[in-house]
Amino acid sequence: MTFQEISSFSQSWGAVFLMTMFIIAVAYALWPSNKEKFDNAAKSLLDEE
Amino acid sequence: MTYQNNPPVVSRLSQSITTICLAVGIILALLIAGKTSSAAMQFHAFILIATFFAGIVALFNLGGRINDSNHKPSPSGVYYNNTIVKYGVIASCFWGLAGFIVGDVLAWELAFPVLNMDMPWTNFGRLRPLHTSAVIFAFGGNVLIATSFYVVQRTCKARLAGEIAPWFVFWGYQLFIVLAATGYLLGITQSKEYAEPEWYVDLWLTIVWVVYLLVFLGTIWRRKEPHIYVANWFYLAFIVTIAMLHLVNNATLPISLVEPKSYTLFAGVQDALTQWWYGHNAVGFFLTAGFLAIMYYFVPKRAERPIYSYRLSIVHFWSLIFLYIWAGPHHLHYTALPDWAQTLGMTFSVMLWMPSWGGMINGLMTLSGAWDKLRTDPVLKMLVVSVAFYGMSTFEGPLMSIKAVNGLSHYTDWTIGHVHSGALGWVAYVSFGALYCLTPWLWGRKGLYSLKLVNIHFWVSTVGILLYICAMWVSGIMQGLMWRAYTDLGFLEYSFVETVAAMQPYYIIRAIGGLLFIVGSLVMVYNLWRTILGHTAGEQSPENISKAIAAQALGE
Repeated sequence: MTFQEISSFSQSWGAVFLMTMFIIAVAYALWPSNKEKFDNAAKSLLDEE
Repeated sequence: MTYQNNPPVVSRLSQSITTICLAVGIILALLIAGKTSSAAMQFHAFILIATFFAGIVALFNLGGRINDSNHKPSPSGVYYNNTIVKYGVIASCFWGLAGFIVGDVLAWELAFPVLNMDMPWTNFGRLRPLHTSAVIFAFGGNVLIATSFYVVQRTCKARLAGEIAPWFVFWGYQLFIVLAATGYLLGITQSKEYAEPEWYVDLWLTIVWVVYLLVFLGTIWRRKEPHIYVANWFYLAFIVTIAMLHLVNNATLPISLVEPKSYTLFAGVQDALTQWWYGHNAVGFFLTAGFLAIMYYFVPKRAERPIYSYRLSIVHFWSLIFLYIWAGPHHLHYTALPDWAQTLGMTFSVMLWMPSWGGMINGLMTLSGAWDKLRTDPVLKMLVVSVAFYGMSTFEGPLMSIKAVNGLSHYTDWTIGHVHSGALGWVAYVSFGALYCLTPWLWGRKGLYSLKLVNIHFWVSTVGILLYICAMWVSGIMQGLMWRAYTDLGFLEYSFVETVAAMQPYYIIRAIGGLLFIVGSLVMVYNLWRTILGHTAGEQSPENISKAIAAQALGE
């Protein structure tokens, strides 16, 4: 495997992979059914001793 | 999980294993001390022997201290490890003061070079890494370790994993700092900015850091809360990424196992890119992600309001992670680095505006509906101003990464000013805020010794920061413009020394600004010390002040 092959692979599929991961992360954050869990996490911070 | 509700005990087995490891360390250090031709490395070997020996003694005293009657569970039945966080608070104050003082000595040396006293140990080139490492790694690192140990326990409702391991992390990290700092003064450096320690100190830090990661993960593993609070994600990103950066950028080959000199595996522009991939991500993951974790815990806690948008905090986290790692090449504009890589670094830096400002808005808006607290609580004021400085310096950074701007700003004092608006305004202020919160909580005091002193600290150091960054803006832009000024005949208009002479007044202003920042920190250390002793200055509490203001508003 040459440097050229590795770099063209990472510049194409690497970008697709990272973009997909990022979209999944944002989808997780914005998914409506997760809202309650997040609200609880934000509030429970204030309960602890 | 019942084990969390039992008082912690030190296992005999791990005591013995740790003792054996430290004893092996003593033997290795003895071998180095005997064989090395470098007096500085021999000195380091003696420090190692003394520390490992003290470590073995401490190991056998640890059990008694943990099981003493003072150790009580929290109301929810968790035996929090608070002692280690207390040590971290004190270490942070100590290293903070040391780092700030060395920094100001350097500022005066730049204004009046005679102050270096013509000695190798006090020369700018040796003191400069001492300052940067002391403030970033010693002060910042201790604040991050202490707050992460506090936050991960509280948000997971679990005791810190391990009894010996956290203490190994704490003292091992202090040993790393001492080895690095004394090494610089004695002339040991591998000449990589922010990664100056030589190979053996790097190896030691690697061991400490892996144990730190395991302690942190182990605590998350034991958690009683179903969800991992966002601050822990930021801490985890900080720990994992710093491990990766440290290993890659310090991939070197020592000339001998008993000599403090190594050669990097990369060469030329590859080495430069690796260095700035490391350097910028030290900014991104040490000085940003780690301290954002502090923001996401301490700002809501102090304001007594949940974070403005938890969803935004997740988007903030992931976009920061995905973008920061590519920004490093902006340190190498107009160099031998390929043009596409420079443009890539610039583009990702500009894109960082979005997560940075998203995070800033999230921190500031947490106060919505509670802005009145800024009037009565100077600690909250400090935290909020730190977030504002975060916004300002992360606006300035991407601006300076644009090639056309960088052509003017690079290698000038503008960069120094930018770094310090981030370091003093954001990193130090959010750390001070956290220390002001932690001290009364940990030592079980009702509040700080004096809120008035916090206010004095705030104003004295804010004036100091403003003097610093404004002086550097003027001096940096002037320096950049003088360097690129041509005469009608196409000759450079100014000689280099003329630019140096023109900057001297600003150097003096900067040094005065730094001095004010030190004065502020001394006020803080005094205040925290009196708080630990349990004293109160007999002032009105924030609640009483709020009540008085409300009463006044009602016309009573």
